[in-house]
Amino acid sequence: MLYVVIAYLWVSVLLYLLMGGADFGAGIIELFTSKKNRPRTHRTMYRAIGPIWEANHMWLIIAIVILFVGFPEIYSTMSVSLHIPLTAMLLGIIARGTAFTFRHYDAVVDDMQVIYRRIFMYASCITPLFLGIIAGSAVSGKIDPGAHNFLEGYIFSWLNLFSVAVGIFTVAICGFLAAVYLIGETDNEEDTQRFIAKARTTNIIAAIAGVLVFIAAKIDGIPLKEWVFGNAVGISAITAASLSLVLFWWLVKKGKRFILRVLAGFQVTMILLTTTYRHFPDIVLLKNGAHLSLLENSGHEKTIYSLGLALLIGSIFILPALFYLVYDFQKKKIKS
Amino acid sequence: MDDFIAARSQMALSLGFHIIFSCIGMVMPFFMAVSHYYWIKTNNDVYKNVTKAWSKGVAIFFATGAVSGTVLSFELGLLWPTFMKHAGPIFGMPFSLEGTAFFIEAIALGFFLYGWGRFNKWFHWFTGVIVGISGLISGILVVAANAWMNSPAGFDYVDGQYINIDPIKAMFNKAWFSQSLHMSLAAFAATGFAVAGIHALMILKNKNVLFHTKAFKIAAVFGCIAALLQTVSGDHSAKDIAKRQPAKLAAMEAHFKTESSASLIIGGIPNEKTKTVDYAIRIPGALSFLAHGDFKSEVKGLDQIPADEQPPVAITHYAFQVMVGLGTIMMLIAVLYFIAVLRKKNWRNSKWLLKLFVLATPMGFIAVEAGWTVTEVGRQPWIINGVMKTKDAVTPMPGIAYSFYLFTAVYFSLALIVIYMLYRQIKMVGKLYDVDNG
Ligand code: HDD
Ligand code: HEM
Ligand code: HEM
Repeated sequence: MLYVVIAYLWVSVLLYLLMGGADFGAGIIELFTSKKNRPRTHRTMYRAIGPIWEANHMWLIIAIVILFVGFPEIYSTMSVSLHIPLTAMLLGIIARGTAFTFRHYDAVVDDMQVIYRRIFMYASCITPLFLGIIAGSAVSGKIDPGAHNFLEGYIFSWLNLFSVAVGIFTVAICGFLAAVYLIGETDNEEDTQRFIAKARTTNIIAAIAGVLVFIAAKIDGIPLKEWVFGNAVGISAITAASLSLVLFWWLVKKGKRFILRVLAGFQVTMILLTTTYRHFPDIVLLKNGAHLSLLENSGHEKTIYSLGLALLIGSIFILPALFYLVYDFQKKKIKS
Repeated sequence: MDDFIAARSQMALSLGFHIIFSCIGMVMPFFMAVSHYYWIKTNNDVYKNVTKAWSKGVAIFFATGAVSGTVLSFELGLLWPTFMKHAGPIFGMPFSLEGTAFFIEAIALGFFLYGWGRFNKWFHWFTGVIVGISGLISGILVVAANAWMNSPAGFDYVDGQYINIDPIKAMFNKAWFSQSLHMSLAAFAATGFAVAGIHALMILKNKNVLFHTKAFKIAAVFGCIAALLQTVSGDHSAKDIAKRQPAKLAAMEAHFKTESSASLIIGGIPNEKTKTVDYAIRIPGALSFLAHGDFKSEVKGLDQIPADEQPPVAITHYAFQVMVGLGTIMMLIAVLYFIAVLRKKNWRNSKWLLKLFVLATPMGFIAVEAGWTVTEVGRQPWIINGVMKTKDAVTPMPGIAYSFYLFTAVYFSLALIVIYMLYRQIKMVGKLYDVDNG
């Protein structure tokens, strides 16, 4: 059952990255759209993510609940040492979620919209930035539960080159996912071309950010290269991702929405796979060399069993409904 | 500000904020479902407009409820890491089931809000009902988790170790039923009265009377039935507490000395130094009756609780008085309402009744906040009753005070924006949904 729970954790993180990521990315894309085109981008985006954005964000909650029920030590260690970036991410989540809703449900459309939009766009960048920082910090080996001063314990645990680079990389990935997603959501050729251009740009930016992550890892003394290229799974995943990238560039011209989405999703999945596979089951590496492991630091047997059961039963209800929701809104685009 | 006090205040602030949105998120879907049902049955567009107007409000509250809930699930760890390290695996069961309930709620809401005119009418209606049911289930589940903190179960605590963990037993602890029942009723009473009050005000102002009357009726019926049941369930909770948390009961009632035929103290100013209550009304024997169903029985006072395990008396006592006082007023209004409905044909023209409802608009929510203050402050100094003290659970990180100021600022601005939006929503009813005068 432990492996079932771990699989759910991994899949929730992945789905949050993919669906929530495309969702954040939409705000990022809007930020980098010229004033003239913003209203149109906004309309497309709303049509694309409106119905499912609540559901997208549930993956984060599932992941958190799995962590605190099944792996309480990991949850509490991260909560203490990464208090500040977690708080920053939460503020981003609050600002973004509420601004998104206010934009659409405010009965009067006036200058308030400008405020909502600003908040929405900036929060869309900040949230994935800190999400990436948190993920980077977990494996950076900078978390030091035995630290003696505030800076060591609560600031340098996350404010380091590597973590920040991972944060920026995450933002770029979100922008890329959103651009690809939006290609298929437009209702005219001009917009389609615009998003194709955006998908290309964001893809290049993501690649550059990826290189930055490797450079930062080198400077900070993190054996990222070994993690990624030091094992068969890592190498094959990276190769597959690169091949799909070539395919992507070839197909993007044609604006084939379905294949492009699959390819973009595949690339992100491969990235998550390589970065997590090598040091599984350890998900938090501490400064003193100790590891928090999903296998050794899990909750009691009975807890894991009932958690796994709850997740399995939950999926029976959730997955068909979620699938139908997505399917239905893909099939017939909202009229109004 | 002391870090420990700051952490407690931040938790209280976040929960106090979240509970308002979650009550509305749990209850409004039921109101909408009723109105939606009438629309499908009668084809009267006023009902459709009521449903649509409400659903916009719900979307706003749902999003705010969801983000504040997300914040809470992190805050449990950010503020109380030691608590979560030990309690997570024990009381986590309701949270993992709740995840499913939330998910279903979010999906169903997607169907409902974006489904106008796209699905079969009854399917669309049904998705709205699902939103309500899954919201209610998640409310019950979270309260079961909170009940575990009041009445820990499903593990053995031996030499500082938590062993023999049984998450199912933990979920069905002794307090889960009385608390969940009382909370679910509270959500209906508070939301019902708040919504009815707003629509009553609009009727009195003679704006879109047809629209607001239909809306008022639905909300008032739900709110009044819940308010009547609330007192019964409250009494049940009090009897429950007398058994499982005598210290909390003593603090609620400002009952300093153990005695038989204990009198019920109403109002008054508890003095924690002299252990007396000044200026209070006393009803002899009533406390013994309320706690144990017998006027003669003995009720444990604070004198039997070690000094370092006593909850703050004044706050708990005042909060309890506020809840019960408001509960009684709401119950009386409910009785008047049902008499009016039964006896007078044109009851809605009686201005005094509508005025009463306007006055009662905030009462339910104030009672909810007061009730939670009783439950949570009355449990102090324990975070897990009798097992772990709150001060041992708090995060070691210094500077929590700043985090508290930050969240206070954020929540207050959010509250202001939401109130402002609601105001605009109501102002627009005439333009968007008025069918009775063109
Ligand atoms: C509309 C709101 C409302 C109203 C009118 C009342 N309550 Fe209440 N009460 C709550 C809303 C609430 C609450 C916010 O929902 C609480 C907090 C924890 C809980 O489970 O419910 C609560 C808790 C609570 C507790 C503590 C439960 C515990 O700690 O486990 C008791 C003893 C009562 N109530 C008793 C009463 C009585 C005797 C009432 C008689 C009029 C009453 N309540 C009206
Ligand atoms: C939504 C309604 C709730 C409200 C308004 C509420 C209110 C409060 C208040 C006022 C405090 C501070 C008490 C003090 O320190 O003196 C508190 C503390 C706390 N509450 Fe609640 N509570 C609610 C529900 C819950 C639930 C459902 C849980 C968990 C499952 C919970 C967990 C906690 C924790 C962990 C603390 C901090 C430790 C403590 O002070 O004991 N609360 N809450
Ligand atoms: C008595 C206390 C509580 C009640 C009755 C309650 C109820 C609810 C309800 C009905 C919702 C759905 C949102 C809506 O419809 O507006 C919600 C959202 C949420 N609540 Fe609470 N809640 C309580 C306390 C808590 C606590 C202590 C936590 C954290 C551990 C929490 C975590 C969440 C989360 C994560 C969501 C968002 C889910 C979503 O996106 O739909 N809640 N809550």
